[in-house]
Amino acid sequence: MKVSLFITCLCDIMSSDVGKDTVEILEKVGCEVDFPELQTCCGQPAYNSGYLKESKESMKQMMRAFKDSEYVVGPSGSCVAMLHEYPHIFKGDPEWEEAANDLAGKSYELTQFLVDVLGVTDVGSKFKGTVTYHPSCHMTRLLGVKDAPMTLLENVKGLEFVELPVKEDCCGFGGTFAVKNPVISEQMVQEKTEHVTETGAEYLVGGDMGCLMNIGGRMTRNGQPVKVLHIANILNQ
Amino acid sequence: MSIRIGTNSFEQRIQEGIKNDFMRGAVSSAQGRFRSGRLKAAEELGNWEDWRTLGEEIRNHTMENLDYYLQQLSDQVSKRGGNVFFAETAEEANEYIQNVIKNKNGKKVVKSKSMVTEEIGLNKALEEAGSEVVETDLGEWILQLDEDPPSHIVTPALHKNKEQIRETFAAKKGYDKTDKPEELALFAREQLRKDFLSADIGITGCNFAVAESGAVTLVTNEGNARLVTSLPDTQISVMGMERLVPTWEDLEVLVSLLTRSAVGQKLTSYVTSLTGTRLEDEVDGPEEFHLVIVDNGRSKILGTEFQSALHCIRCAACINACPVYRHVGGHSYGSIYPGPIGAVLTPLLDGYEDHKELPYASTLCAACTEACPVKIPLHEHLIRHRQIIVEKENKAPKGEKLAMKGFAKWGSSPAAYKMSTKMARTALKPWTKDEKIENGPGPMKGWTNVRDFPAPSKQSFRSWYKTRKKGDES
Ligand code: SF4
Repeated sequence: MKVSLFITCLCDIMSSDVGKDTVEILEKVGCEVDFPELQTCCGQPAYNSGYLKESKESMKQMMRAFKDSEYVVGPSGSCVAMLHEYPHIFKGDPEWEEAANDLAGKSYELTQFLVDVLGVTDVGSKFKGTVTYHPSCHMTRLLGVKDAPMTLLENVKGLEFVELPVKEDCCGFGGTFAVKNPVISEQMVQEKTEHVTETGAEYLVGGDMGCLMNIGGRMTRNGQPVKVLHIANILNQ
Repeated sequence: MSIRIGTNSFEQRIQEGIKNDFMRGAVSSAQGRFRSGRLKAAEELGNWEDWRTLGEEIRNHTMENLDYYLQQLSDQVSKRGGNVFFAETAEEANEYIQNVIKNKNGKKVVKSKSMVTEEIGLNKALEEAGSEVVETDLGEWILQLDEDPPSHIVTPALHKNKEQIRETFAAKKGYDKTDKPEELALFAREQLRKDFLSADIGITGCNFAVAESGAVTLVTNEGNARLVTSLPDTQISVMGMERLVPTWEDLEVLVSLLTRSAVGQKLTSYVTSLTGTRLEDEVDGPEEFHLVIVDNGRSKILGTEFQSALHCIRCAACINACPVYRHVGGHSYGSIYPGPIGAVLTPLLDGYEDHKELPYASTLCAACTEACPVKIPLHEHLIRHRQIIVEKENKAPKGEKLAMKGFAKWGSSPAAYKMSTKMARTALKPWTKDEKIENGPGPMKGWTNVRDFPAPSKQSFRSWYKTRKKGDES
């Protein structure tokens, strides 16, 4: 099966390891992975801030970049959920409507793709340590992916799982919200880090780099020793 | 009081809210209770999603045919001896009610809980016209004594604890007992009983009016609305123009959704439907009944992309699910409608000028949308508001606008984008120590003031991918 990696701008710039792990996992389960070099950002930072016109520029670039792809898979629930919004955004636009529908229809978040499309529930990874998981808001509520990451984590050998209290609560990232409303964001992320500590886990795992940078950044600021990993990092161990 | 509360800026309100430890503790535990209650009550039904869909359909159908149902409602109320008044503005509504009271020579007004009367500032208007107004919902009464605005649309005094309530009762009513809830409630009941008995006018809100019968339905737990609607001879119900359902059957669906979503109950203690005045062959009912239907900006929302905001049944599930509300409290919104629905509704009813921060006071986590029993896409409405603030109202900060222009260029140019992935680490080097940035430059400060920013990866993905590909080929 041919799969195009949608690395997401955050992983592209900040955490290349997540991109590498995603490629290797997909190859391990038998996919042929390519990386369309023309891809940029899904447009979410501008779109969610109210800059529709500006966000569309980036979205169009994404549609160009992935036009020949069969499947598009990315290690982020939030960015993939953004791609799924394209059909609403370009509805009635004679030039882009079709491309928007096409891209949304073939895009998947990594764990969603593995479990729901490929039917893979065990990628054969091993990991020693106690892990808790933050289910990011956009992955669960906008994209509707709730079970896939849990299914995959359950099958990682050696991994000990502890549930995060009030896990569905937002971590306070919210893209530009974190910078525009730092005072509120601080309270939210602080509460999240306290819940992480309560679990006693050594690792906090999630499927969205934005949330992980937010929670991780607060934990290092607080001097909390919990390590932060993307779920791709664990699945490729 | 009207929609807007206080004169402090958004930043001041937030700071105050966050500093108020007591309020935050109270809100956080109430949210926890309400949330688990709601989820349990929803689960009991078994097919909650079907109920939500049905609720959405009823609300949508009603809004699409609002003229028709308002006319039907009005005809039915008139047929049962009531008077109907359509008020386009808050002033018109207040003036009409003032006149009704004047014509009856009324002095004392008892009220049951109503958000729309808060919205139009009715109490103040009546007091200015010489009436004595007494709120009889316990929470509202406490707030009235304290001259404090509501911080929640279902439990308006959520931000107060029993010690504060004891102090208020002592200062304003000479209360001299403890802060035990039973004693406080008993005292309130004794005090309010006198007011019920001596009032000549009763004013209620309206959870739902039933168009096919003209019945005004009130959903309460304290029973005070029953006294308000049975003791005084003259009764006035005030409703927002969207608060109606076509039939009794529809009412059943929406009341089920409302009580479960608001307080996690299958049904509240009292659900009362009132139909007009006492007719000749009837034993009870008021001598005179007035239904005041308030527009106050609602019809301007009809037919726009925000129309579904009018579907709201004021259950507060979105407020109880909101993590921003939990930390800043209701007063921080500067509106009697707080939380996600408040952030959507307030700019629509009262303009952007004073409320332009509200649509941004959300991470767009969509917990509100998920909780809403009539499926209002609240977080999408917030994005729509942001678009209007940026594009039509031109109220976005200059720096942000420039940054977003830059974003458009960057996102549409693969070359510029690729360059940034290569350069990021070097560009941030001056601020980087131990693979993290603790004190970032310019706009990054918002981030680094409260948390560290990691240094970008040493090897970019693209260079790894390239060398790997070469390796494959050889
Ligand atoms: S928007 Fe929905 S959840 Fe919020 S108060 Fe209205 S009906 Fe309830």
